[in-house]
Amino acid sequence: MTALLQVTGLTKQFPLKGGRVARAVDGVDLTLDAGEALGLVGESGCGKSTVARLVLRLIPPSGGSIRFAGQEISALGDTALRPLRRGMQIIFQNPHAALNPRRTVFQSVAEPLVVQRVASGAALRSRVGALLTEVGLPETFLWRYPHELSGGQKQRVCIARALALAPKLVVLDEPTSALDVSVQAQILEFLRELRMRQQLAYLFISHNLAVVRQVCDRVGVMYLSRIVEEGPVEAIFAAPRHPYTRALLAAILPPRPGVLPAETLAGDVPNAAAIPAGCRFAPRCPRRMPICTIDDPGLKRVAGGSPHSVACWGSFSD
Amino acid sequence: MTPLLDIRDWRLAFDGFEGRAQVLDGINLTVMPGETIGIVGETGCGKSVLARSVARLVDMPPGRILGGSIHFDGQDVMAMNGAALARLRGHGIAMIFQDPMTYLNPVFSIGAQMVDVIRAHDRASGQRPRNSAAARKKAADLLGSMRLPEPAGMLDRYPHELSGGMRQRVLIAMALIGTPRLLIADEPTTALDVTIQAQVLRLIAELVAMHALTLMLISHDLGVIGALCRRVVVMYAGTIVEDGEATTVFANPRHPYTRGLLAAVPDLEKPQHRAQPIPGQIPNLLSPPSGCRFHPRCALAVEQCTRDKPVMRDVAGRSVACHLAEHA
Repeated sequence: MTALLQVTGLTKQFPLKGGRVARAVDGVDLTLDAGEALGLVGESGCGKSTVARLVLRLIPPSGGSIRFAGQEISALGDTALRPLRRGMQIIFQNPHAALNPRRTVFQSVAEPLVVQRVASGAALRSRVGALLTEVGLPETFLWRYPHELSGGQKQRVCIARALALAPKLVVLDEPTSALDVSVQAQILEFLRELRMRQQLAYLFISHNLAVVRQVCDRVGVMYLSRIVEEGPVEAIFAAPRHPYTRALLAAILPPRPGVLPAETLAGDVPNAAAIPAGCRFAPRCPRRMPICTIDDPGLKRVAGGSPHSVACWGSFSD
Repeated sequence: MTPLLDIRDWRLAFDGFEGRAQVLDGINLTVMPGETIGIVGETGCGKSVLARSVARLVDMPPGRILGGSIHFDGQDVMAMNGAALARLRGHGIAMIFQDPMTYLNPVFSIGAQMVDVIRAHDRASGQRPRNSAAARKKAADLLGSMRLPEPAGMLDRYPHELSGGMRQRVLIAMALIGTPRLLIADEPTTALDVTIQAQVLRLIAELVAMHALTLMLISHDLGVIGALCRRVVVMYAGTIVEDGEATTVFANPRHPYTRGLLAAVPDLEKPQHRAQPIPGQIPNLLSPPSGCRFHPRCALAVEQCTRDKPVMRDVAGRSVACHLAEHA
């Protein structure tokens, strides 16, 4: 079976002033099977949202290959992409900004169906009603405007809109980061159920490892424009190999008193315009060895049964 | 011992086109010198407005005081004149906020902004302001104590040249210029990445210990509150629902909302436990629910909860505002 999404050697460079370039995505490989959920975690500026936008071809890549449902889409133009876009949808972080304030819920959710000429008239009306039911909102919401909805309700409307064309792949870019915890838990639970029901594949972008663990089967950890560790969620959480993954996990605060987080990493993430030679994490790494500043380790499979990969000289020799 | 901060039956509303929203509904809070107190709650619960009330930073109008009092170190904050307020802000109370970029002026260097604040504090405390070389020296020392690299060079940099974590350190340094007694930190690490958050939280913990500061930390994140505070105050829809030692409240919450909040946080150390949502949503304060403001979302609510507003009372070693706290 071919993967739903197969990305190899993906790169994206943004030109900067003075002829320099920011290497926002710098050689990313990932695979996503139908119905699978892959989390992509990392801190601000690591390139995770750029990967999401490239995968959906909202922006063109600088290099590498993106195959969606068996078709190479990295170089397709807008017209050729349009029919494929039915199969791929996105949900953004801020539902307050993702809905047009002057459109009713009906207008927003109906738009993809109208653009793709899927339904009109009474069929459109009933399809949109069914979508609202699917996301747990009453049909009376059809005629409401975004300002009449809470944050969680708006995010459900965005999900309904993304589901309108029955996509195979949904990219979720920090879908709960703008929501309060009690509402975040509602949306996460809903996203889990929805995936089971509709056999959706998720590419789930988040800075929050705990959230990713709730929803995803596999997780990729990004640092400075590249994936440094990837594997099944449970393997990564139980036995993280990369020092950066370990630092990220150690910095998460449990909801308990008296736990001051370990200061595992000094300094800030370097700039994507000046990626260090060798291992890109080496300048901040507590376990740095001489080889780390010379040679790029590359993502390699960890020995053993699970499909767990890591890019770290130190962990290869363990 | 006199409390450093004494808030009694504080009631505050905002008047808008759609009516009056009562955002703080009878807040009672006493903070003793040296306490580290965390105020936790979700969007719109009133935690930031409460913090701003303390430094008298709520604009009136649209704000409107419906009743109550706030005393800082025995003095009535609402009765202070301009000079007393200037001393209160900076010397008595300093604040740091969520988004450090908003609170730094983008067109002045870090050094220029710090020198201004240092000299203003000299004036407010009745001294002749020190010359700019001395002020720059003081600024560099402060930045060094924030563990910022090359503090002297930092003075000539502009806010956009710094990372989020560095900007927050600069603001913390500025907050400490006036040697305040109370540090109010309103979501100080919410805009930062987790590894940077860990650095900043450790720094705040050190400074609080070193300067014997009283800390009032506002956050939606129970982990952040737990990391820095010995006492936790839980707010919901403009009211305090639970108040006690963090160890007591986290281990054995008595208010159904506190329990819901704790259960809604994904916890990495308990993978089998999935985050549990609280049903329903935060009420609209233009027409808050009758009785207990949490009752429409509460699984335990009985008829009394829809009618009578519960008052804070001592149950199992903490204060809680719930008619059913004994049974919970």
